[in-house]
Amino acid sequence: MKDLEIWTLVAVFQEMLGWAVWPIAAFCVLAPLGLAIVLLHDRGIVAGRMLRAELLGLLGGVVAVTAMFAVTSSSPADLGGPIDWLLAIVIFAAGGIGTAIGGYVAMGLLAAPRAPAPAHIDVGRAGRAALGQGEATLP
Amino acid sequence: MFQPRAALSRRRLLAAAAALGLAPAPPALGEAPLRTRARIVIIGAGAAGLAAASRLAQRLDGAEITLIDRRREHLYQPGLTLVAAGLKDAGYVTSATRDHVASRVMLIEQAAAEIDPVGRSVTTEAGGRVSYDYLVVATGLQLDYAAIEGMDVARIGRDGLGSVYAGAEQAAATWRAMSDFADRGGTALFLRPATEMKCAGAPLKYAFLTDDVLRRRGTRGRAELVYNAHNRALFSVPIVAEKLRMLYADRGIRVNHDHVLRAIDPGRRIATFRTPQGDQELGYDFINVVPPMRAPAVVRNSPLAWRSGPFAADGWAEVDRFTLRHARFPEVFCVGDVAGVPKGKTAASVKWQVPVAVDHLVATIQGRESPARYNGYTSCPMITRIGRAMLVEFDYDDNLVPSFPGVIAPLEELWITWIIKEIGLKPTYLAMLRGRA
Ligand SMILES: Cc1cc2nc3c(=O)[nH]c(=O)nc-3n(C[C@H](O)[C@H](O)[C@H](O)COP(=O)(O)OP(=O)(O)OC[C@H]3O[C@@H](n4cnc5c(N)ncnc54)[C@H](O)[C@@H]3O)c2cc1C
Repeated sequence: MKDLEIWTLVAVFQEMLGWAVWPIAAFCVLAPLGLAIVLLHDRGIVAGRMLRAELLGLLGGVVAVTAMFAVTSSSPADLGGPIDWLLAIVIFAAGGIGTAIGGYVAMGLLAAPRAPAPAHIDVGRAGRAALGQGEATLP
Repeated sequence: MFQPRAALSRRRLLAAAAALGLAPAPPALGEAPLRTRARIVIIGAGAAGLAAASRLAQRLDGAEITLIDRRREHLYQPGLTLVAAGLKDAGYVTSATRDHVASRVMLIEQAAAEIDPVGRSVTTEAGGRVSYDYLVVATGLQLDYAAIEGMDVARIGRDGLGSVYAGAEQAAATWRAMSDFADRGGTALFLRPATEMKCAGAPLKYAFLTDDVLRRRGTRGRAELVYNAHNRALFSVPIVAEKLRMLYADRGIRVNHDHVLRAIDPGRRIATFRTPQGDQELGYDFINVVPPMRAPAVVRNSPLAWRSGPFAADGWAEVDRFTLRHARFPEVFCVGDVAGVPKGKTAASVKWQVPVAVDHLVATIQGRESPARYNGYTSCPMITRIGRAMLVEFDYDDNLVPSFPGVIAPLEELWITWIIKEIGLKPTYLAMLRGRA
């Protein structure tokens, strides 16, 4: 019985998302894998890239929540209780984290061929890196 | 260390599943199919019949499973309310019945004309006889529009006449009539029949939705909304009735008690209600007609119907309320709307009933007893405005049985409940038809 409920949920999500369920599932598996590869390749987090990914994530979160409202013909005014706010936050977080990881991996993969081992710099210079003045790696 | 976290996430998953109406069901999948040559006939390829066919096909190997239904277009009825609110088009609720029929199940595209539970056979409208070892009756119910004097289904959508129940196109036409009304204002009448009915929340929801549309258009001040209850309560479950009373007061929806629609004059826009004080005529600019409902004639006129008690008059099937097994013909099960049980005329109930009935049927083939029981679980996401709903779930004893106790409050108007109704219900329903939920 244990696995059955999980398969029930899978069945429901399959019906809900149709063919899109597979690309989404693939993304959920590949994105963390890609992140691991990029992190290993760079031997750490590249601060500038991270900041840009986070900004992208913010946008992703907003898009996720907005899309949910649009798809369900509802609006922020419909949030009626704490569980609604929690759900909105979870949707924001899922959209945000997904986009941030995806964005970071994409930037990492694009940068990989031309950037050999990026220079290790201190945290204070991360800000400059964010302004696009070179990439910084946090040790 | 990992054990507690794993257990917790499983519990969460279960809770999430339950909230979508996936509440616990007896074992079905996962075990090896039972070899049998049993002949099983299922009458009706609606929610219950299709789900039963899929489950039986999964659990039995070699059985001859035959579905009988003339209707080629499957109707996802819980979506009718969204169509009648202008949020979905008619295509949202229709699909081809064939697309939901499990492989290895034979579909006879005819209506069943007669059931002979003594001779164990079903006669189709073309006169063909189909014999069975086990019979599943899932004919749903009959909307008895003819019982309302003057009612003309062909006029739905014109002259302020609406009826969400009548079908996909009629629900869309009801939206046009309601939308016209919302532009102009006037008097809107809502009602329910005095018979048993499917989704008893649907007429109430539609009054809430009309109120919301008026408010969005800025015409609420020009409109009067009147809900005509058939008895003294707004809902059969007291705690829910009380909550609804408060919400209707809050929205300014007036309530008439003991009002049952008897006749309608669509041309003059007058509805006649039977009341304890005699007939009362009410004029309207918009009306949502909900007709009396009874068992389809094939069951009503068969030996399967109740012969006494509250379910006899409308011919509901006489089954044990916990197993859905027929009281006098043990090889017959009646599931879904046609079952003569006190609650349970919703698709969410079907989701519970079908695995229970199927388990008893399979157990009988195996010569064992099944412990599976249906507790009357009935669920109705009570939409209170576009964007909010209450997840009302209850059992035979009028207990609230929330799927998410402490998380989704059953009597709160919540966005999350609306989300469940809007995007969770249809996929769950479709998965149920495939025997996967
Ligand atoms: C407006 C509306 C809103 C609803 N909202 C909800 C909701 O929010 N949540 C929820 O859970 N439920 C809801 N429901 C209820 C739900 O749709 C029904 O309870 C469910 O469809 C019942 O399934 P069933 O198989 O018993 O009947 P149906 O799905 O109606 O299927 C019955 C089938 O039997 C066939 N049949 C009839 N007579 C014969 C015959 N003589 N021979 C062969 N076949 C025959 C019919 O053609 C039909 O295909 C709603 C219903 C309506 C109308």
